[in-house]
Amino acid sequence: MKTLVLVEHDNAEVAAATLSTVKAASSLGQGIDLLVTTNSQDVVQKASKIEGVSKVLSFVDDRFGNEIAEDVAECVLQVANDYNFFLASSSTTGKNNLPRFAALLDIQQISEVIEIIDNTTFKKPIYAGACIATVKTNQDKNVLSIRTTAFDKVSAESGNAEIVEMPVTDTSSKKSAFVKNELTESDRPELTSADIVISGGRGMQDADNFKLLDGIANKLNAAVGASRAAVDSGFAPNDYQVGQTGKSVAPNLYIAVGISGAIQHLAGMKDSKTIVAINKDEEAPIFKVADYGLVGDLFEVLPELESKL
Amino acid sequence: MKILVPIKRVNDYNVKVRPNQSNTDVDLSNVKMAVNPFCEIAIEEAIRIKESGNAEEVVVVTVGDEKHQEQLRTALALGADRAIHVKTENPLQPLDVAKVLVKVFEKESPELVLMGKQGIDGDHNQTGQMLAAMLGLPQATFASKVELQSGSVEVTREIDGGLETLKAELPAVVTTDLRLNEPRYASLPNIMKAKRKPIDELDLAALGVSPENRVELVAVESPAERQEGIKVESVDELVEKLKNEAKVIE
Repeated sequence: MKTLVLVEHDNAEVAAATLSTVKAASSLGQGIDLLVTTNSQDVVQKASKIEGVSKVLSFVDDRFGNEIAEDVAECVLQVANDYNFFLASSSTTGKNNLPRFAALLDIQQISEVIEIIDNTTFKKPIYAGACIATVKTNQDKNVLSIRTTAFDKVSAESGNAEIVEMPVTDTSSKKSAFVKNELTESDRPELTSADIVISGGRGMQDADNFKLLDGIANKLNAAVGASRAAVDSGFAPNDYQVGQTGKSVAPNLYIAVGISGAIQHLAGMKDSKTIVAINKDEEAPIFKVADYGLVGDLFEVLPELESKL
Repeated sequence: MKILVPIKRVNDYNVKVRPNQSNTDVDLSNVKMAVNPFCEIAIEEAIRIKESGNAEEVVVVTVGDEKHQEQLRTALALGADRAIHVKTENPLQPLDVAKVLVKVFEKESPELVLMGKQGIDGDHNQTGQMLAAMLGLPQATFASKVELQSGSVEVTREIDGGLETLKAELPAVVTTDLRLNEPRYASLPNIMKAKRKPIDELDLAALGVSPENRVELVAVESPAERQEGIKVESVDELVEKLKNEAKVIE
């Protein structure tokens, strides 16, 4: 049997999350194929260069420019007989798509896998990361969403997979349609793949003050993130949120500014290599996970830090 | 229009849940239980839709033991019209919950299912998508805005790159994200009134769903603790450490 990995992309580039998902798939010890639904041949070509992949099943059609879960599920069902593992990253795309076809295949999905012990046993965080569960599947076929920060990446360029063009049948019942996207435009690196992340919390006090992070982010070529409290308060857009219900990140350097360190935030960043905490409350739980803690007023610390980088 | 709101009983979100002594499961003894926060948001949205005149009835449903009636009463106090309790002693996995909800959907024929995107206990994020799939309905997950139109619903979704808007024909399944609304608190008169609202009890077996233990819980442990680091005294010292000790900046 083989493993099928769903490729995540923006119709131009393959997402770094897919490289980690393929890495996770490789520890299952069987052949790996990819499935791409897209409106662009480009991304199919790029997917075929991913290390360790045998085939790329390519579903190219205009209506796949925006991935509707119903359409993706149709494509997976067409080929499902050949596979006993189905993997995607636990991004919002993976979270949206995987359970849809898991249910159609009558499979109980296992979400947010952080470790593959063997082909039936997996580890995953539960209770916002407060506990780690080891689960064992009794199913012949399994669907796993992969928490990509827990896995390294395979090479995006060393592979040479066969591209198999799949017939696209318009069986979709067209019960839902894409209306529009409002994507956050930024010249900075993407949050989940950035080497350095600087995040602000409730201590930033308002949206205007969040700009204090921008100068430092520009100097370090860092992505800007936020705690749930900051997003809920309207200081930062939703796609900045780091934490159990937002994004998981594991950069080389994570700088937490004015973030107290709620468990659900820690769940999304504690795999970072080096953590810096800047907070005026020396009792803040964030200091418990920080390699370097600086107790101080962020409104004094941030301008000074920017000038000294 | 009728809105069905499936809800889940979970630990209060302020409680830090720990593994039990034997590391076989979590320890929920003496832990305060509540309506899952994402489900509260779904209840609130359903009630707002009813208040705006776009729905006539809000029906909540949960699957679990006797204690789950507490959470159904909470939903009734918040403004749901009636409740359905599918009784079972053992907790179900998302696939089985979705199978139960299919049966409830077929009995109730709602135009809209509004439910939380995930439980804060298992963090599965599956049931809504599975229910939509089994019913052949469109799904709109992680909603931050829900707008009813004639025969359809337009949903703004929180996605990794920002926001995406989908239009789905009704009936549809919509799962809620954190920023859809801020749930209200139940008033005392409404809590009293909720005691007289009906809760229909259904037996899991009578619905024809037999839960299977497809994914077993083998062990539960605490996550590896990070070693607490050092406090630096100044920005200069911080920059020096990051450059020369951690070597993460140049």
